[in-house]
Amino acid sequence: MTATIDAPAAELGKARLRKEDAKLITGQTNWTDNIRLPGMLHLAFLRSPYAHAKISRVDVSGALGQPGVIAAFSGADFAAEQGSLPCAWPVTPDIVIPPHPPMAVDEVRYVGEAVAVVVARDRYAAADALASIDVDYEPLPPVLDIRTALDEGSPKVHEAGNKSYEWVFANGDMDAAFRDAPVVLERNYRQQRLIPCAMEPRAVVAQWIADEVTLWSATQIPHVLRFALSAFFGIPEQNVRVIAPDVGGGFGSKLQVTAEEVLAVLIGRKVGKPVKWTESRTEGNLTVHHGRDQWQKIRIAADADGRIRGLEVDLLADMGAYLMLVTPGVPLLGAFMFPAIYKMDAYSFKCTGVFTTKMPTDAYRGAGRPEATFAIERIMDELAVALGIEPLELRERNWIKHEEFPYTTICGLTYDSGNYEAATAKAKELFDYDVLREEQRQRNERGDKVRLGIGISTFTEMCGLAPSRVLGSLSYGAGGWESASIRMLPTGKVEVVTGSSAHGQGHETAWSQIVADQLGVPFEDIRVLHGDTLVSPKGMDTYGSRSLAVGGLALVGACDKVVAKAKIIAAAMLEASADDLEFSGGRFSVRGDPEASRTIQEIALATFAAHALPDGVEPSLDSDATYDPDNFSFPHGTHLCATEVDTETGFVKIRSYVAVDDVGVVVNPLIVEGQVHGGIAQGIAQALYEEGVYDDEGNLVTTTLADYLLPSAADLPSYQTERTTTPANNRLGVKGVGEAGTIASTPAVVNAIVDALRSFGVHDITMPCTPERVWRAIQAGSEQSGGAA
Amino acid sequence: MAHITVTVDGVKYSDQVEPRLLLVHYLREVVGKTGTPIGCDTSNCGACTVLMDGQSVKSCSVLAVQADGSDVTTIEGLANGELHPVQRAFHEEHALQCGYCTPGMIMAATDLLRDNPHPTEEEIRDGLEGNLCRCTGYENIVRAVKRASESAVAQ
Repeated sequence: MTATIDAPAAELGKARLRKEDAKLITGQTNWTDNIRLPGMLHLAFLRSPYAHAKISRVDVSGALGQPGVIAAFSGADFAAEQGSLPCAWPVTPDIVIPPHPPMAVDEVRYVGEAVAVVVARDRYAAADALASIDVDYEPLPPVLDIRTALDEGSPKVHEAGNKSYEWVFANGDMDAAFRDAPVVLERNYRQQRLIPCAMEPRAVVAQWIADEVTLWSATQIPHVLRFALSAFFGIPEQNVRVIAPDVGGGFGSKLQVTAEEVLAVLIGRKVGKPVKWTESRTEGNLTVHHGRDQWQKIRIAADADGRIRGLEVDLLADMGAYLMLVTPGVPLLGAFMFPAIYKMDAYSFKCTGVFTTKMPTDAYRGAGRPEATFAIERIMDELAVALGIEPLELRERNWIKHEEFPYTTICGLTYDSGNYEAATAKAKELFDYDVLREEQRQRNERGDKVRLGIGISTFTEMCGLAPSRVLGSLSYGAGGWESASIRMLPTGKVEVVTGSSAHGQGHETAWSQIVADQLGVPFEDIRVLHGDTLVSPKGMDTYGSRSLAVGGLALVGACDKVVAKAKIIAAAMLEASADDLEFSGGRFSVRGDPEASRTIQEIALATFAAHALPDGVEPSLDSDATYDPDNFSFPHGTHLCATEVDTETGFVKIRSYVAVDDVGVVVNPLIVEGQVHGGIAQGIAQALYEEGVYDDEGNLVTTTLADYLLPSAADLPSYQTERTTTPANNRLGVKGVGEAGTIASTPAVVNAIVDALRSFGVHDITMPCTPERVWRAIQAGSEQSGGAA
Repeated sequence: MAHITVTVDGVKYSDQVEPRLLLVHYLREVVGKTGTPIGCDTSNCGACTVLMDGQSVKSCSVLAVQADGSDVTTIEGLANGELHPVQRAFHEEHALQCGYCTPGMIMAATDLLRDNPHPTEEEIRDGLEGNLCRCTGYENIVRAVKRASESAVAQ
């Protein structure tokens, strides 16, 4: 009751160590694969070895007599109930969305598609019995190259053909922009197929009790999954509970309604026992949706002084065999990002979605924006070379100046805030830009065998998905709001319920910091609950760098309501008018009489007792809020990369990497820095190491981590990270950060490699820039330009 | 079936196991040590790293029968009343995000520091080459191992 306690220091901006860590560093984590229920049975899936084939016969009877086997099913056994896995983003009215049964019935369209399942008492027995299932296939020709898949005479993935959709956007007078332009450049870039490889493989447990089902899944989207199970598979929503226990990374790959989730639910109902499936890494590489896989044609028209007149983008995007949850929409998220931070008179974009007999693509860290940022930042370097303008200078001549915000781009997006000058100046200084340019010149001059290259990426991105109205205008099937609840416990402690489902991002820590500031209660007194639709019934989950920029704002709204309710009760307790109270540092006090005060935690107890509440006041401070943003979030930054390229071996070494990011107001700098580090690493991985490769028959070659090269600590550099802070136009001033590093770093690295090799006649290298590809590019460039530089 | 006796985190277990049972499945499903996760099937990722008689091993590439008579330490047995210096350093340097690779990373780092109590950054990076992390970009993992090596009690 004393009034002398100091108000707690602001939590926002404090490098709080994470609440999440205690269990994670001691092995007490609750991964889905840890779950064991009484009587639980295990699933093993038989998967197609063909990229494309008719299924003429499946005989599971051989598996039934095997030790430990309880049941075995083929696709036909689910035909009546399995429906089709949903696509939530029909981007055009005439889009082709082929049926996508969770288990193939008549035809398989990619290697790894499930064709049968064994249910057994342990995982070894289930896997053993797969060998006793007979399947007869009639192989059909695979479709593997989207550049020829639309040709007449190409084999068809689906009866309707290989084209799913064509989506176009245009603004400004393209003819005027390109006609008589002093410079027009055209480039073709390849966004290779990537495999997300979250460290935790997917796992699912389904348990029916009477007509209610609980599904534990290593998912990013428990709420979306619950809705999908109900809306598309006929289980009444009130009877579905989805739990995302501790989830070991996602990067978009667990933003999906998967065949195995649906089948586990259906099989659990058939066998009347809880069932569990945990994927192997090989199954994961085969059947977790892949990312990227586009061919990009980009044309840019500019004046002689470098001013951009127009930009034209024509994409071919590999959908894979089916459209999954947001497959067709991923390139659209890129459509608005090709113009990036630059002003221009005209822009046109076209994307054609094409089917192949490969694993479907879908969201992977950045989802559309890394692809766009790569292409624009690559061609800006090419334009700089063509015009003989320093590449940073060229960018500055075109970018939106800090005094021009808010700025509506050629795409119609309104960037609320940014300061590209400040981020770039800071990055240049940290990087020692001018010193490195001089070293580069000297090395080139003396014909050094190891050349230095400097790569630039001045990026922005759109995240914080998203204003529901905008999603609606893009034909997306859901809204973009987020939900939060605050529960004031009688002892003054606080439970925060969020609809944002964390899987490594540190919500429990960051949300505690936000609520601590809003309610003025200690950080330690707050517990954050998420990831279980029974505990957190309402939410839109975690993807698209949306948690803080949307979910964080929902917290603020819920806290406002708690404070408003508490104020009325405080006024009664203090025998004052509510209008005379001020709330600061968790304490209501009477203006002009600081001794007369009550903390919100004291009010929580008084509300619980409810002995002396004013007439008509409910005995609860608990509050909910749902926040729908009115704009996207636009983090930006300048990344600079210095590479040393051995011209005899093609080996690329990243010598230094500087990232200056502007993610608005920072809640927890430790978490933000970690997100940037990890993001950069994933972008470097695309530039140098990773590619999902199919052979000529449509077999995935990179099924293991021995073949799909995730970089290790030994492969990656140390990153120098810094920030500038331009507050976003929302109540916390925050922007998203989860994808920024990945969006920025890929072009920075490739620009640096090409920059090192310009004098060898090298103008592009297809990713991943392996030593062999770099070496071959040097040889080809040297031949064309008539000898080494 | 084979009979094995294995000491895990200080407790002796005797079990009949299939000769093909992997040590990691023995730890997770027989002993109940679910703190050790599985990240791949080819011993590339290192998530399942434990100490076997003091040496780090990837428990997905060891058979349970090969551990007969051994003393195994998992992430669950590393703290001795208080956090091990490597565990504490991982927390303090924010060297984990989703935490899935963390048990293996901490066990590998513990073994690394036993071999080389004062590694350089390059030695840390090379020493952890067999452990993959998808979240952190390794920056803070390297810092954490450095920090643990500098703490007096780390051995």
